[in-house]
Amino acid sequence: MGKTLAEKILSHKSGSDARAGDIVIASIDLSFVQDTTGPLTVRQYQNSGFDKLVNPQRTVLFIDHAAPSPNNALSNDHTLLRDFARQKGCIISDVGEGVCHQRVIEDFARPGDVIVGADSHTVTAGGLGSFATGMGSSDVAVAFGLGRTWFRVPETFKIEVSGSFTKGVYAKDLILHLIGMIGADGATYKSLEFGGDAVKRMSMSGRFTIANMAVEAGAKVGLFPSDEMTRKYLIAQGREKDYKPLVPDTDAVYERTINIEAANLVPTVARPHTVDNTAPARELKGTKIQQVVIGTCTNGRLEDMAVATGILKGKKTQHSVRVLVAPASRRILLEAIEAGYVQTLLEAGAIILPPGCGPCLGLHQGVLADGESCLSTANRNFEGRMGSPKSYIYLGSPATAAATALTGEITDPREVM
Amino acid sequence: MLRGRAFKFGDGISTDHIIPGRYAHLRSNLPELAKHVMEDADPTFAARVKAGDFIVAGNNFGLGSSREHAPLVIKMAGVSAILAETVARIFFRNAINLGLPVLICDTDRLDAGDELEIDLSAGIVRDITNGHQLNFGKIPEVMLHILDEGGLVPYIKKYGDFRL
Repeated sequence: MGKTLAEKILSHKSGSDARAGDIVIASIDLSFVQDTTGPLTVRQYQNSGFDKLVNPQRTVLFIDHAAPSPNNALSNDHTLLRDFARQKGCIISDVGEGVCHQRVIEDFARPGDVIVGADSHTVTAGGLGSFATGMGSSDVAVAFGLGRTWFRVPETFKIEVSGSFTKGVYAKDLILHLIGMIGADGATYKSLEFGGDAVKRMSMSGRFTIANMAVEAGAKVGLFPSDEMTRKYLIAQGREKDYKPLVPDTDAVYERTINIEAANLVPTVARPHTVDNTAPARELKGTKIQQVVIGTCTNGRLEDMAVATGILKGKKTQHSVRVLVAPASRRILLEAIEAGYVQTLLEAGAIILPPGCGPCLGLHQGVLADGESCLSTANRNFEGRMGSPKSYIYLGSPATAAATALTGEITDPREVM
Repeated sequence: MLRGRAFKFGDGISTDHIIPGRYAHLRSNLPELAKHVMEDADPTFAARVKAGDFIVAGNNFGLGSSREHAPLVIKMAGVSAILAETVARIFFRNAINLGLPVLICDTDRLDAGDELEIDLSAGIVRDITNGHQLNFGKIPEVMLHILDEGGLVPYIKKYGDFRL
């Protein structure tokens, strides 16, 4: 009987014949924290009695959620992380380097790796075939000290995507559609494994967007095969040696198979306050928006900047809308400058934020007021997440976000393309 | 045996309901952070909850962020167990890692304010107020061992490694 991607990776890393439902202890290839979960991880690491990191060069502390820091308390947390990195010899990715998940795919994640991060969107690296999953501070503290952890091997949902995307429709619309279909708890404890001819042709940027949001359906991981597209991506990051092909067995056993025809997808938006509350963008026309966010670990990559720039080029955003653009990493910001995107976005009226999480989680750089609505390319629209508990968050693609920036109300991007 | 009152919540209580990101600056000041527990789901919760009480919820409790501060502030509020129809994966693991039991059961007939009694080893919840009795689902063995030691940190201190 064949194996899914999750079963293959966990078999290899646990040295056992791992099958869905088994509990295994697997070795960890990379463990990381960010600045809002890291301080508790450091304390739990110390409380556990650990002294030495098992693998300092594969242990990373990211300062990205509140970067640069908006207040004294968070600045002190940053100091604590920098001191820990200095004492233990691990890697620190400081203010301005970018969002942890983007930095992980650029510099660290390899196909077939097991990765644990104290952030729920750790699943992003599933886009290049890493079994990457979010955990809490205690679990990651133990991963720092032991280099292994326990997993329940997940059952897998196979998501087969066929055909071609139509104009104005992107990977973000696909994942929003899927979550709308199966629900915010539709894949709890499961692995989502993506395949089909549309996935073969899909860019790495699109794969990362989809993997990033697997957790919004409750999934433990969102996995893509490692193929020629993955190899090219790793070459572009200067990491060809990290490539290895990885595909599920043809006779792997799936709990459920969901077929999606890409040509049937439309620009999709998740309405407040749950990600599965989806609707076609065109049905929300007339919904006034005061803030647009283009960026985050979901859609802050160069391809996303290119899409937004294409729509905003030579035009002006509405005065009633603050358009915040946060490239996900320093590398992406540099590439966006080189490609001329930053100039075009600024001319159109956008505000460029430093690489990092930006306003996504309500800490700084665009906190919403009572009664305000935001259209964001992020992954989560929970009540109160971006500031006021009386504000409203809509999620969409960079194209939908750019179109909305032009009109001041939720707009199907096909109307302005 | 655990005994306390039920605080009832609906479906989809997220980690942002439990402890919103806007309080991230208080995460290294836990007593202050804990004052905001469940604030965006029920602003009166922190003032009313007493040691031993239970959170009783519907589907997908704790969805969202990996922030362990969410189960931590619930535990600090004195809550002795969470009962829910279903629980999000990361929250479940985090709660057990802090020694806070999360019990999966049909919570439909447990009402706000009911007096509950829970026998963890027998797997039984009794609603003293309405006489209803129900069983909760089995917790995986590895998690039971962690729970028995009071959480992951004391477990690792004792055993030095995971034991399956």
